[in-house]
Amino acid sequence: MPAVDDTLQLYFLCAHPSLTPSSAVALTLRAVGGLTTRQIAQAYLVPEATMAQRISRAKRTVSGVRFDRPGDVATVLRVLYLVFNEGYSGDVDLAAEAIRLTRRLAAVIDHPEVAGLLALMLLHHARRAARTAPDGSLVRSPSRTAAGGTPSRSPRASRSCRRPSPATGWASSRPRPPSRHSTPTRPPPRRPTGCRSSRPTSSRDLTDSPVVRLNRAVAVGEADGPRAGLAALAALDGSSPSSRLHPDRESPVPRHTAVAAYLHERDGDLATAARLYAEAARKAPNLAERDHLTRQAARLNARRRR
Amino acid sequence: MAKYLLLKHYRGAPAPANDVPMDQWTPQEISAHVQYMQDFAARLEGTGEFVDGQALAPEGTWVRYDGEGRPPVTDGPFAETKDLIAGWMVIDVDSYERAVELAGELSAAPGAGGKPIHEWLEVRPFLTAPPTVTE
Repeated sequence: MPAVDDTLQLYFLCAHPSLTPSSAVALTLRAVGGLTTRQIAQAYLVPEATMAQRISRAKRTVSGVRFDRPGDVATVLRVLYLVFNEGYSGDVDLAAEAIRLTRRLAAVIDHPEVAGLLALMLLHHARRAARTAPDGSLVRSPSRTAAGGTPSRSPRASRSCRRPSPATGWASSRPRPPSRHSTPTRPPPRRPTGCRSSRPTSSRDLTDSPVVRLNRAVAVGEADGPRAGLAALAALDGSSPSSRLHPDRESPVPRHTAVAAYLHERDGDLATAARLYAEAARKAPNLAERDHLTRQAARLNARRRR
Repeated sequence: MAKYLLLKHYRGAPAPANDVPMDQWTPQEISAHVQYMQDFAARLEGTGEFVDGQALAPEGTWVRYDGEGRPPVTDGPFAETKDLIAGWMVIDVDSYERAVELAGELSAAPGAGGKPIHEWLEVRPFLTAPPTVTE
């Protein structure tokens, strides 16, 4: 087998399949990223002793791993994606750290999926500043300005996207992650005609998960109007008994209720929309979303009182 | 210094003076409320009195051990009558009086009509380790 670069070997080791996701993430940030245990603990809001234990247990787990064959790039990418998706807290910006590590990985291995993940991260990251107002509240995409992005990152992302990527790759089929990086309550920008036949359909064909189909309902609502979006949502509900369940957890698809509220509002049914926004707020997984959805309910209730 | 838990309830506390559900406020009133809470926490960080603040989702589950080799028993969601914690703030202050003063400020967060909610907050002292020196 060809000699594997030391750096690459370290990536493989830290993302070894024998590690739990949380251990792999911690070990990657410590051993590959060079962050201190204290920094990692702060970023994940756990006590330093807890993070130290997590890292040393991970080290013990992989101490016996022999490198007689190359590791699996997919496991490395999964770990980097987890770091990217975790959000931001403490002194360390985990999204920026994930991009830095993915860039370094792209420098030592020529792999289309690595380029695809890097492109995905750069595109999400470029829009990051525009997603929240200075006070931390969410900004819906129709309200965002182009100036709010981080333009310097976008050309690199676009170049990475143009590289060939297999149909199963990160760049082509990854559903928009169910995280603060993408919210159906902040739908894709209204597009000129023509998008309807391409993007909503192709993303469904690639990965037919409930999350992707939920996003498709938002896209259909933008392209063909709220009634069409609601019909797409109803199709999602009726397609299988578990269609409202998230594939990873036995829970409803995140933001399903928020999407329904948004579509009902655009359809002019303010009472239903307000009720659904309030319900979505009660189910929201984080404070920024909860406040945002409560504000939406309040906005409609105030309008109905006038 | 002594640590205190300031507990905020979804249910179970006496009704506040300004008792209007949040989705019946105006969006500006919600923003003012959120800003007040953020400013309060930031000010306590500045004075070195802030320890932690967290919010909890309203839905939860009762869980208990059900014997060797059996999965835990779960029950829920919580009954409507249950006292329901919404979140907390932990402060580390010089005196009980200071803890009460700060809880009073937090309870003055603006609500509907921009007026203070007068929300009841529970102030609970932490049990500490015994002192090294007893006099």
